[in-house]
Order: sequence, then C-alpha cells, then structure tokens
Amino acid sequence: MTKQQKKWFKFASPQAFYPLAGKLIPIFWVLTAMFGAVGLWLSFFVAPTDATQGEGYRIIFVHVPTSWMSMFIYLVMAGWAAVGLSFNARLSSMMAQSLAPTGALMAFLSLWTGAFWGKPMWGTWWVWDARLTSELILFFLYLGFMSLQASIDDPRRADKAGAILALVGVVNVPIIYFSVTWWNTLHQGASVSLTKSPSMAMTMLWGMLLMAMCLWMYSIAVGLTRVRAIILEREAHTEWVKQLQEVKA
Amino acid sequence: MNAMWATLRRDLLVVMRRKSEVLTALFFFVIVCSLFPLGIGPEPGLLRKIAPGVLWVCALLATMLGLQRMFAADHADGTLEQMAISPTALVWLVVGKIGAHWLVSGLPLVLMAPVLGLQFDLDAEALGVLMLALLLGTPVLSLIGAIGAALTLGVRGGGVLLSLLVLPLYIPVLIFGAGAVESHIAGLGAGGHLSLLAALLVLAVFFAPWAATAALRIALE
Repeated sequence: MTKQQKKWFKFASPQAFYPLAGKLIPIFWVLTAMFGAVGLWLSFFVAPTDATQGEGYRIIFVHVPTSWMSMFIYLVMAGWAAVGLSFNARLSSMMAQSLAPTGALMAFLSLWTGAFWGKPMWGTWWVWDARLTSELILFFLYLGFMSLQASIDDPRRADKAGAILALVGVVNVPIIYFSVTWWNTLHQGASVSLTKSPSMAMTMLWGMLLMAMCLWMYSIAVGLTRVRAIILEREAHTEWVKQLQEVKA
Repeated sequence: MNAMWATLRRDLLVVMRRKSEVLTALFFFVIVCSLFPLGIGPEPGLLRKIAPGVLWVCALLATMLGLQRMFAADHADGTLEQMAISPTALVWLVVGKIGAHWLVSGLPLVLMAPVLGLQFDLDAEALGVLMLALLLGTPVLSLIGAIGAALTLGVRGGGVLLSLLVLPLYIPVLIFGAGAVESHIAGLGAGGHLSLLAALLVLAVFFAPWAATAALRIALE
C-alpha cells in the first residue's frame, strides 16, 4: 500500500473522520445554497410556461430531483452498507445509517409533490401506476431499514442486519427504474432520456439538473451532520470524544 | 445434500406432531378469503374481477403467519447454534428449512385455492392459471420470508417488524401472480406474467438462501 493510499484510509476511523466531516459540512451547505438559488431562479423565472400544462408543471423542478435522489441515496446507502459488511468497517455502516432518514424524506417528498402535480394534470391525487407504486415501495423499504436498525440494541448487529436488508432491497431499485418500460400505464414516459433527444426545453433540463445538484449537496451536508452525531453517540466511551471541545462545553 | 433432506424431514416431522399450527394458517386463508364476498356483496361479476387479487393477498398474509416459526423455536432451544457449527454448510440446512416451510404453508394454499376460486365464480381455466401462478409464486414467498425471519430472529417486536420488512419485498410476486390470472380472464394470455414469476423464482432460489444464511450468522454472533 502506498503512502498516498494510507493517507486516505486514515479517514476510515471515526476519530479521524469526525473533524474532517466538521470541516466539509459548511462547504456543502454553501454549494447547496448556490445550486438552489440558481436552480430556483431558472425554474421559476427563466423556464417558459408549458404549452399544455401551464404554470403547474413547475413542480417537476422539485418532484423529479427528489425522485432521483430517493433512488440514488438508496444505492449509496446500500453501497456503504455493503462496504461495512464486507470489510467490517464501522464508519461505513454509520454512513449507511445516517443516509436512511434523508432518503426516506426524499421518497416522501417525491410522493407528496407527485400528488400535487397529479391533481391538476390527471385530475387525481394518486394513481396506481407502476412508478408511483414503486416509489411507495422504496419509501417502505427505507422505513423497514430504519425500524430494523432501531429495534436491535447491539449497534454492530444492527449494522449488519440492516446491510443485508439494504442489499436485498437494492434488487428493487432497478425494478423501479425500468418499471416504466415494463408496465405502460397512465404515467408519462421518462422525462429525461439519454438516448433520445430531450423532449423538453434546455432551460427546463438545466433547472432540473441544478435542483438535483442542490438536493445532492443538501443530502451530503445533512448526512455528514448526522454521521457526526452517530459517531459521538457510539464512541461516547472513548477518550478522544471526552477530550472534544464541544463535548466538554 | 443429505443434511438438507434430513433437515427437511425433521422439520416436517416436527410439524406433523403438532398439526394445529399448520391448520390455523390454512383456515386463516379460507376465512379471510370468504370474508371478502360478505364485505363487498355477492355480485358474481365484481367477485370474478377481485378474485385474483383477494386470493393472492390472502395467500401472502397466510404465508406470513408461519414465517416466524421457521427459525424461532430452533433458536430458542439452541438447535440452531448446533446447526451453525455442524460440518455441513449452513446454507443447505437453511434450504431444507425453507423447503419444509413451503411444503407446510405454501403447498396447502395452492391446493386450497381452486376451491376458494369457485366461491369467486372463476372458470376452470382461470383456476388452472391461478394454481400455476401460486405454484410458482409461493416458493418465492417462503424464500424471501426466510431472509426476514432470520433478520428479525430474537429481536424486540419481531413479528410486526417481520411483516414490515417482508411485505414490500412480496409486492412484485403479488403483481405478477394476480396479473397472470387477470390477463388470462381478459383474454390476453398468462404466459408473460408466469414467465416473470418463474424468473423471480429462479432469482430467489439462487440468492435468498445465501442472504438468509448470512442473516442467521449475524443473529447467532
């Protein structure tokens, strides 16, 4: 192992990661604010009114990024859980645990804004379409992960059990994504496609991408804040935690 | 391999010594299915329409009833630990236990379903499709359920938690299983749905025993 690699692996220890996370959090909050300001400005003032859907369509600037993030966070969470399970790395499992509530929030927001969008567009709050349903399942998976971890007292066992559940659930995420092609129902096709030319104006695409970046940075900032709290909670017995300025105060 | 058959035989024997538990789950299935016409009304057209979904949801819930028992008793009296340190790979023993669970709680549902389907005015062909779909789908329920049962072993409020963990994972089976019967009734043919169910079964047979074994090892640590 080279010296460079060793330097990075150092941060796998909670003691080394705790101050690093503390330094990173403000950076990610600034990025959140910047992307959010530009994204909201683009989506509310620059993006043109949709010819068929009017002003109401603007909720997609929140709806689509939250849906993306809810799926993406699940993958990241399962990835951290897998690392934690295979290398027995404590910090990785803590990362997985800290991401779950944010992911659940994103899934909930996606369902909520979807209902707000569905009412004026389809005339109904909820339809039993494949994508809505699988987003709901994703929300349930987050809840299952969190309640399984909460109900096991030994944190290491909770980490491992949660990791297995997350990896089993990860099979569900591709099903969510490809469900649109599998069951063709009321929901319109994927609004952003890599293979076809985008069916929407470029400004709309930019608005959505910037909002997605904003939520991404937000998730990192919140995740790091939460992982710091988890580190403090689990390492409360150690000497270095007792020596911390904020713990002493 | 031999150990797998031995576990299967042992689990079946244990169940045969105390039949009431199995029969309870089966009667649960029958009673819940029979409640729906009472709640919704006896109109045959409506009943035919809801039959696949109702039968499948009841099958899901009936399978859930037996899941906790899969490992709990052996965990409580220490048998499971002996199994884990035995020279045979634990995964074969888990496969045996899952097989026993399916024979005890899945197969009776498959055999019982046509009788209940008649209550819902399904014709003979639809009943055949229903049985075939259940035959492909119920093993998946046992396999996925084994993961949940192993994860919640010895955990506070395990029973309720188990349903929270497992039911979302059952949804694809429910969709394709009920979809097979529905598309047959609609005249579209059930082939596609049954193929997807079979694909889920293959996937579950391949992965679920490993995941359940890993979860058991964590619970026994």
